Amino acid sequence: MYVAVKGGEQAIAAAHRLLAHERRGDRSVPALTLAQIAEQLTLAVDRVMAEGSLYDRDLAALAVKQARGDLIEAIFLLRAYRTTLPRFGFSRPVDTAAMLVRRRISATFKDLPGGQCLGPTFDYTHRLLDPLLAGDPDLPDPAERPADETAMPRVTDLLNDEGLIEPDPAETDAPVGDLTREPLSFPADRDLRLQALARGDEGFLLALGYSTQRGYGRTHPFVGEIRLGDVEVEIDVPELGFSVAIGRITVTECQMVTQFKGSAKAPPAFTRGYGLVFGHQERKAMAMSLVDRALRAGDLGEDRVAPAQDEEFVLSHSDNVQSTGFVEHLKLPHYVDFQAELDLIRRMRAEIAARQEAAE
Amino acid sequence: MTSLSGLDADTDARRAVLGVLARATRDDLAAAWTAWPDKPDVFDVRAPETGLVMVRGRMGGGGRPFNLGETTVTRCTVRLGDGTVGTGHVLGRDRVQARLVAVFDALWQRPRTRPAVEAAVIAPVRARLAAEDDSARSETAATRVDFFTMVRGDD
Repeated sequence: MYVAVKGGEQAIAAAHRLLAHERRGDRSVPALTLAQIAEQLTLAVDRVMAEGSLYDRDLAALAVKQARGDLIEAIFLLRAYRTTLPRFGFSRPVDTAAMLVRRRISATFKDLPGGQCLGPTFDYTHRLLDPLLAGDPDLPDPAERPADETAMPRVTDLLNDEGLIEPDPAETDAPVGDLTREPLSFPADRDLRLQALARGDEGFLLALGYSTQRGYGRTHPFVGEIRLGDVEVEIDVPELGFSVAIGRITVTECQMVTQFKGSAKAPPAFTRGYGLVFGHQERKAMAMSLVDRALRAGDLGEDRVAPAQDEEFVLSHSDNVQSTGFVEHLKLPHYVDFQAELDLIRRMRAEIAARQEAAE
Repeated sequence: MTSLSGLDADTDARRAVLGVLARATRDDLAAAWTAWPDKPDVFDVRAPETGLVMVRGRMGGGGRPFNLGETTVTRCTVRLGDGTVGTGHVLGRDRVQARLVAVFDALWQRPRTRPAVEAAVIAPVRARLAAEDDSARSETAATRVDFFTMVRGDD
């Protein structure tokens, strides 16, 4: 129950003024520029874009600054902003096989066309704090080596040639579900599930993915492939009568190869989970692919026994803007609700006391 | 992509030009426009407007489409004094950039000004993009693992 409460106006204005002051911090320290955030806190910006479900580096950098580095608050800001813009349409599906690859690794095949390219990774670093970074050390330019012309086919396509792995789900005439247009209802098809996971909270999905590894819906996963790079966004323009490329975005893709599935009719084949995320978001893409696979339990005829396999549980709680809205609303004034509870508990206690008195 | 599009050669070429223009920076375009001799009149058919495009991916990379998330897009349509209509779509929210893309698209469609657009905008931007891609590929290639096998000899 919500009741208008007056009297907070001045306090709120002063609180926001204080917030702006605290956000700025020590004035003798230069203010952060958006370019600094976009260029040097790239992965924070990427996370805000992915979970804010809006690819716009400059806006995400602004959101990070405005939110004082609170990424969920920044994601909230980006989600709020997107509601102010009209929707022009949708793109053609991006082609990750044609990606300008910055990183591409496979944990299942050592030698594969195009090779294993580590790219800009934290992997194999020693996780020791580097005191030099307290300053602005001179850096050598990146190493370069002539790239060979070998294409980098998706690993899953290679396995597909032998029929050892389930193929990509074939296209249908069904419209593509969009949870920004229609509220989620259950059961949700895989298109809606992937959309929800792509914008879902990294921490939540990470924990769920981890839970499947620990035995809560085990799928015996291998990273078939992770690739990071730039893909072209192409849209159909009705007035032109053809499609045009309007620029590139960075995405991370993870192909998780999981345990076999066969039937009386079909020989066993590996199954798959898929992750695709805006920006450089490897942990998120991996977690997404684990959870995507877990959520396919029903489709694959597996018993749904674990939280990660329960689509209503997963999809209803994966959105951190929704979660934070409901959790954080608890701190708003609930004076009247609580008054009602107080009345109730006093009445209950009085009744018990009266009964005890009567019994004596 | 272009040869498979089933479009005539001129349309194919325009698609490619629009693809290059969309990746030109605002500075690239503004510099070329500032230096452009005898600028034509430009009228807004549809003034620059920012909105959202839902980017789609495919399940498993090659399967059924799904909605990945939105991106900001700015679009604009202009008409030159002689009636040529140009159109611009760019990622992001830069209205000036979208309008300049539309202007150069229109100028490119006129046989009279096409060579100048090619020379002043398309060729240099295309060359820069190709160089950027090359250097990204070389940087990635330098991080490629060259496996070698250790032979454990017993003698």
